Amino acid sequence: MPIREDVLVVGGGLAAATAALAARETGRSVRLVAHKKSTLRQASGLIDVLGYVDGDGPRADPYGAITDLPDDHPYRIVGEEGVRDGLRLFDDAVGDMYAGGHTDANALVPTYGGTVKPTARYPNSVAPGLASVEEDALFVGFESTTDFSAPVVADHVVAAGVPFEARGVTVPFPIRFRDDARATRFAKALDEDEAADDGRGVRRALAESVGEHLDGEERVGFPAMLGDDHDEEVREELADRLGVSVFEVPTGPPSLLGLKLEDRLFEALDEAGIRLSTGNPAVGYEADGDRIEAVYVDRKGKDVPYHAEQFVLATGGLVGKGIGSDRERVTEPVFDCHVPHPEDRYDWSESAAFGGHAFARFGVVPDEELRPTTASGEPEFANLRAAGGVVGGADVAREKSASGVSLATAAVAGGRAGEEA
Amino acid sequence: MTETPSVLVIGGGSTGCGIVRDLAMRGLDVTLVEKGNLTHGTTGRMHGLLHSGGRYAVSDQPSARECIEENRVLRRIATHCVEMTGGLFVQRPEDDDEYFEQKLQGCRDCGIPAEVLSGDEAREMEPYLAKDVKRAIRVPDGAIDPFRLCVANAADAIDRGARVETHAEVVDVLVEDDEIVGVEVEHGEKAIGIGDGEPGTREKLYADYVVNATGAWAGQIGEMAGVEVAVRPSKGVMTIMNVRQVDTVVNRCRPKGDADIIVPHETTCILGTTDEEVEDPEDYPEEGWEVDLMIDTLSELVPMLSEARTIRSFWGVRPLYEPPGTGTVDPTDITRDFFLLDHADRDGLPGMASIVGGKLTTYRMMAEKISNHVCETLGVEADCRTAEEPLPGSSDFSVLREWMDEFGIRSPVGRRSAQRLGSRTDDVLGRWDGPNPVVCDCEAVTRAEIHDAIDHSGTDLNAVRIRTRSSMGNCQGAFCCHRMANELIHDHDELVVRDSLDELYQERWKGERHALWGEQLSQAMLKHMLHATTMNRDGDPAASDSVIDFAAFDAGEAAPAAAGGATGDDPDRAATDGGTEGENADS
Ligand SMILES: Cc1cc2nc3c(=O)[nH]c(=O)nc-3n(C[C@H](O)[C@H](O)[C@H](O)COP(=O)(O)OP(=O)(O)OC[C@H]3O[C@@H](n4cnc5c(N)ncnc54)[C@H](O)[C@@H]3O)c2cc1C
Ligand SMILES: Cc1cc2nc3c(=O)[nH]c(=O)nc-3n(C[C@H](O)[C@H](O)[C@H](O)COP(=O)(O)OP(=O)(O)OC[C@H]3O[C@@H](n4cnc5c(N)ncnc54)[C@H](O)[C@@H]3O)c2cc1C
Repeated sequence: MPIREDVLVVGGGLAAATAALAARETGRSVRLVAHKKSTLRQASGLIDVLGYVDGDGPRADPYGAITDLPDDHPYRIVGEEGVRDGLRLFDDAVGDMYAGGHTDANALVPTYGGTVKPTARYPNSVAPGLASVEEDALFVGFESTTDFSAPVVADHVVAAGVPFEARGVTVPFPIRFRDDARATRFAKALDEDEAADDGRGVRRALAESVGEHLDGEERVGFPAMLGDDHDEEVREELADRLGVSVFEVPTGPPSLLGLKLEDRLFEALDEAGIRLSTGNPAVGYEADGDRIEAVYVDRKGKDVPYHAEQFVLATGGLVGKGIGSDRERVTEPVFDCHVPHPEDRYDWSESAAFGGHAFARFGVVPDEELRPTTASGEPEFANLRAAGGVVGGADVAREKSASGVSLATAAVAGGRAGEEA
Repeated sequence: MTETPSVLVIGGGSTGCGIVRDLAMRGLDVTLVEKGNLTHGTTGRMHGLLHSGGRYAVSDQPSARECIEENRVLRRIATHCVEMTGGLFVQRPEDDDEYFEQKLQGCRDCGIPAEVLSGDEAREMEPYLAKDVKRAIRVPDGAIDPFRLCVANAADAIDRGARVETHAEVVDVLVEDDEIVGVEVEHGEKAIGIGDGEPGTREKLYADYVVNATGAWAGQIGEMAGVEVAVRPSKGVMTIMNVRQVDTVVNRCRPKGDADIIVPHETTCILGTTDEEVEDPEDYPEEGWEVDLMIDTLSELVPMLSEARTIRSFWGVRPLYEPPGTGTVDPTDITRDFFLLDHADRDGLPGMASIVGGKLTTYRMMAEKISNHVCETLGVEADCRTAEEPLPGSSDFSVLREWMDEFGIRSPVGRRSAQRLGSRTDDVLGRWDGPNPVVCDCEAVTRAEIHDAIDHSGTDLNAVRIRTRSSMGNCQGAFCCHRMANELIHDHDELVVRDSLDELYQERWKGERHALWGEQLSQAMLKHMLHATTMNRDGDPAASDSVIDFAAFDAGEAAPAAAGGATGDDPDRAATDGGTEGENADS
């Protein structure tokens, strides 16, 4: 039986999920074709919308900052309305797992590198740690983790000028794991309240050892490894025992906050009745004139066509492999859409490590309906739209706008695809 | 003479480090000053080939003989710096038969073990060699780690009472009564190096004799003393691959040419190189076509290189020298031999000698000859013992251990550490107290090794890097630069941690830029996302003068609505202060 849908979304990350939800809202049948796990397992789990414009920031009002962006920025194309629509879809999908929707203002969140960064939505476990809360904080790290140094984080946060005092201490985790145990191992031990080396429950043992260091601080921050399935329970128990609030600082890979978000999004897709095909890459397409008829998915070496009326490309940027390159060219591998880039590859980057690299903005060039365009500005196809990291024109890392750009472009591309299907 | 004669050595490359060890072993009072960290110059930017002498067997037989001799010495005294990979000179169909025979004969004339392999035999050894490779000559080439080598030489010298000052730049050569009596150094602004110089100050160091071992920079020191040392710096590019496509050194068997050698190194392979004269040893163009040339030409020998992933490229400058009046036009024709310029004989200015030219492989022999000269000049009678006494890390390291049980780390990690540390393994891992997690996953470097390096090199993370290889693997520091920096917090404040991190990060970026396409470009974007997006290191308020109005940002749902510029708030109050400090602080 041939596979046929109203809307087919190619990709498996934040953008693909959101585009699928947006298309589904219009009542159409939607399928998502995803190759590998998305970049969410590497991401912090924070939803940034816009924190800096051309190095100026942190900006408290992300919406007010949109108009300062260059004309070809995806936010200028979808407008404030598109950004708000993306966040609405996100808020609906994650429910009470996240906070931040009560205000338009950005929050400043301590990062595991130490300083603070502006973001728009944050997991509940992060909320008590916000830098605008005027409560002294004790940061706690574990002896055997190398990514997160509590003294570095605390002193750096203070250097960033926060309106409270902060200290950092390093304690042994109450269970001695292999020295290179991952965050997931710590989380599991807390989740199941495994026995600590001295026989006490690990949660109690941890609270007691941290308690010895508390010196009037009103909150305690840990690297984000406080449980997985039972994270709320773990935090509550630690907070109860310590008598102060407990928060998490988002981490790098493997990021439990990112993984939890990914799980939640896939549940939301399921609840919305979106069909999923995962594990195989889209490798090509069949077109009739300027309309795509089907996308080919490589299933064990066989090209299987997936038919649809409308298509959304949400394969990610350079990290997700939605954008590829060789020594001469930058490409979009599935539909071979035009990706502009400087001719000399030495102009793809700047000599300063955190410079305004051209490569950070690589991606397809969308028209006002988010259809990728050719070098001469015409839509590549009448029924193909793009969303997320595959769209060029935003330096999401420096702007702190990564997830916001994904959500906003997905809301518009997915919604439009649904309307036209 | 009643007092111990004193010698000041300028330059912490292989030559300078070799000399300070040699002289310290002979009982002299020696000081080494280096403007960067050890290996800051050419030594830290070379190809890592422990020559068998095969490369010079036709063109320069005296050099070839020295190479094979020192090759054998280093295998004995520097085991933990050397990997005996073996080497091949391979002939393609278009390469000259006669030259192949000359090469073979040359090796035999110089006492270099050489054996001819058929194309099939060569491919059996190295399966990725091109199908049409005709035949090959097998020689005892190897790989040598220049960082470990210099560090071991300097460490041994320090143990024997020498003073080593890094981040101490010679800014003047002191001449009194027509004699060189010492130098003036400027200690770096920050206390990042080793030695006891006060940061940011100048210091005059007097000595009975000065040795100018600054390689490509020798002319600059000469100028300070008022003598001419005409070094002809010549640059060469090297491109690092992400894996070892070959496990043997692969040379092209033809007279001379660019891009004719691949050296396997730790987890990588390094392609090289070129030879092009430059004006300034620190400021020369590094260009994409040079990288392309490496990949395109060497894939004639190993075709898979054309599609393989490179992780970075770097350039080094050879300190070539030829006596005045030789007038060689092509730098590739300038001798690779070294020269000792005694400024007393040559310029009538006693008290200093300059060393220029040479190779890393023969560094010990060069150091011996120079030390002999110094001792002779100072009237010291002491024999050289550097060819017999192993370097620290290379002494009787024969017992293989189960590192996992011993030190609580996974055995492949332990094995890699043990390779790097050699006989110091016990000292470094065994004495470590507390958890010893892996800091750098790509190169399997644990916390104990990082701390050992910090103890010996200070807060300069680039010096920690060259000692441990941490941040030198595929991810180019994406996952470990900040972890390395975090380890500094035990003895330093947060600002030092941050500055050291920024410096290492920028240094890594410099070489990565030459590999930015395909997989490595994706890797670079991931790194950018981790450090800019997740950590906000690029927009760090702690690093800027502006003051944030924290009250304008979200303070959580429970907070009074005033804080957090709720929906519809005036966007103007919501920015950072662009001007003077404190302006917005109480708005
Ligand atoms: C290290 C890191 C940190 C980050 N931190 C933050 C942060 O702090 N705040 C924030 O707001 N955002 C952050 N992000 C950004 C965010 O996680 C997303 O990367 C971004 O929103 C882009 O999402 P995306 O869905 O477009 O792409 P991706 O997440 O890259 O997903 C692309 C998906 O498409 C699939 N795919 C690719 N090619 C094909 C194909 N041919 N066929 C089928 N499927 C294919 C991939 O397998 C993948 O599942 C971070 C990202 C990274 C990498
Ligand atoms: C591209 C290339 C590839 C090579 N490959 C090989 C190879 O595979 N095998 C091999 O055996 N040899 C090789 N060589 C040669 C070898 O690297 C050099 O001969 C050797 O490293 C030179 O060491 P050095 O100590 O004389 O000079 P350097 O390492 O340059 O040391 C001089 C030092 O002096 C310091 N200095 C300069 N000015 C001052 C000052 N004012 N005050 C204080 N310090 C100062 C510099 O910072 C520097 O660290 C290669 C060379 C190049 C360029």
